[in-house]
Amino acid sequence: MPEEGGKKVALIASRGTLDWAYPPFILASTATALDMTCWVFFTFYGLTLLKKDIKAKVAPQTNPAMPMKMPFGPKAFQNFNWPLPNFLMGNLPGFETVATSLMKKTFAKKGVATIEQLREVCIESGVKLIGCQMTMDVFGFQREDFVEGIEIGGAAMFLEYACEADIQLFI
Amino acid sequence: MNDIAVTDVLDCKGLNCPLPIIKTKKAIDGLASGDILKMIATDPGSVADVNAWCRRTGNELVHSEESAPEFVFFLRKK
Repeated sequence: MPEEGGKKVALIASRGTLDWAYPPFILASTATALDMTCWVFFTFYGLTLLKKDIKAKVAPQTNPAMPMKMPFGPKAFQNFNWPLPNFLMGNLPGFETVATSLMKKTFAKKGVATIEQLREVCIESGVKLIGCQMTMDVFGFQREDFVEGIEIGGAAMFLEYACEADIQLFI
Repeated sequence: MNDIAVTDVLDCKGLNCPLPIIKTKKAIDGLASGDILKMIATDPGSVADVNAWCRRTGNELVHSEESAPEFVFFLRKK
């Protein structure tokens, strides 16, 4: 548990793709491991990361620099960067699902935790996860769509904490 | 370094950032002050991370050694 009077971290998670789901959960879980207090405010597409079932995908067409790696085969094969042109990645039906599956497999093979695991660590270790009320209203989400152990709040609630924080990041 | 009296051993082989640090923190929390945790990792990033974690939390890195591909850390709980 975070120490009273210790360092404070304030994060805003604004994106809901698989690649952007990692930074807030990695930083938040590590912050508590370093005895820091951490709040994460999930807003706009980031709010989907608090849903019971995380359906985050990676979108290669919006990440032209994304290396396309294979999670299997010999090391040289895995490290090879498949030269897939962006128009193909962007337009081929189902490519997003393929890319998402490849990223998940590669991450698992490299010993990276899943988003669900990291989120669980965050909740267990006392990170305050806050869902944005306004985003809930806009997207039509209900409280029961989200996991247990989170809070619902607004910009003022976050800012009151963030103005006292040592680290503030918008992700 | 066989002369360090180890209280507990944590295997973080094959795990990547941030899992070795999170598991180390959890393991240290379960120990008493002065106890030594031996943590074994294969993530090269864990060397810088363990040092930073010790500076931040006040736990002491008593000794560390590298025998490729493993990194071994002896951590004393504050």
